[in-house]
Amino acid sequence: MARTQPRTRSLASARRGLKKTDTTASNATVEKQVGGAKNGGTRQVPVVKAPRFYPAEDVRKPKIHHKTPKPTKIRSSITPGTVLILLAGRFRGKRVVFLKQLESGLLLVTGPYKVNGVPLRRVNQAYVIATSTKIELGDAKLDKFNDAYFAKDATKEKRSAEAEFFEEGKPKAKEAFPESKAADQKEVDKSILASVKKTENLAKYLKASWGLSKGQFPHQLVF
Amino acid sequence: MSESNFKRFVEVGRVALLKDGPQAGKIAVIAEIIDHTRAIIDGPTTGVPRQSFPYKHLTLTPFVLTKLPRAASSGIIKKQLEKEATVAAWEKSSWAQKRAAVQKRKQLGDFERFSTMILKKKRRDTVRKSLAKAKKA
Repeated sequence: MARTQPRTRSLASARRGLKKTDTTASNATVEKQVGGAKNGGTRQVPVVKAPRFYPAEDVRKPKIHHKTPKPTKIRSSITPGTVLILLAGRFRGKRVVFLKQLESGLLLVTGPYKVNGVPLRRVNQAYVIATSTKIELGDAKLDKFNDAYFAKDATKEKRSAEAEFFEEGKPKAKEAFPESKAADQKEVDKSILASVKKTENLAKYLKASWGLSKGQFPHQLVF
Repeated sequence: MSESNFKRFVEVGRVALLKDGPQAGKIAVIAEIIDHTRAIIDGPTTGVPRQSFPYKHLTLTPFVLTKLPRAASSGIIKKQLEKEATVAAWEKSSWAQKRAAVQKRKQLGDFERFSTMILKKKRRDTVRKSLAKAKKA
């Protein structure tokens, strides 16, 4: 039974894919007994009754977007292995090593963790100064790192703020850092640490924080 | 006749340091004096094209080309500069060397700046220690 959908305005929004209505339910019919000799005995009756009125307002058609955003272009001064200075966030002032650009356009960086305590992290290139110092990344495997790797668990159900931080009247014990992520960090940092050691003062440099002293202006400095 | 306190004069043949313009930091020779604000300068071996230049943006150096004729052409100035080795003398002077050192520090990158800081710390430390040792003795 191939019945086309009725072209009514009440169903316009559904036709355009605006409202997700359950079409199987609206098309479902039930066989009902009908009285009277000339009425054929039974009749197909829809389960959901069609509305009696059309909506007075026109249904707005959403604009069709043909444009897709271009992938973020990173500065030419930022190449894998470049030492970056973070300017915002928890680790502002730290010097970190750039690993690669992620699909979202964010930069994947690492301290290395052992040197300055900055873990594998995503940063926006706007909050970063690129220096001319480059570090050999060696054979660090970066394939597994994508935006999903850094995403928070979506499955966690919403709890009250009280339940989030306290347990039995006491501050909740910290959740342990996942061991697999700690291992990933170690694995990535291994080859970077090896090449950092080759240059004198480089580890010290990465450990030190960056800052401006009197009479220094970032636009006049060479990095 | 009392002697003048001034040692450097605006004169034909005076070597001057350019303080402004696209050739700032280079030296040139005064070839001709136009008036009380401008002179024709020329630096055929220093990369300064012959041009009128205000004294406001010139600093006189102790170097002079001896007996340079007025309004000498670039060729003559070049010959005399090479004969008297004025550019080499300028580069050897502590003034030019200090300028070069400042310029070099300015061009250092972030890591080089950090390394310099470490080296300076080390030098300070040795100086301080040896001074203390010398004072004790």
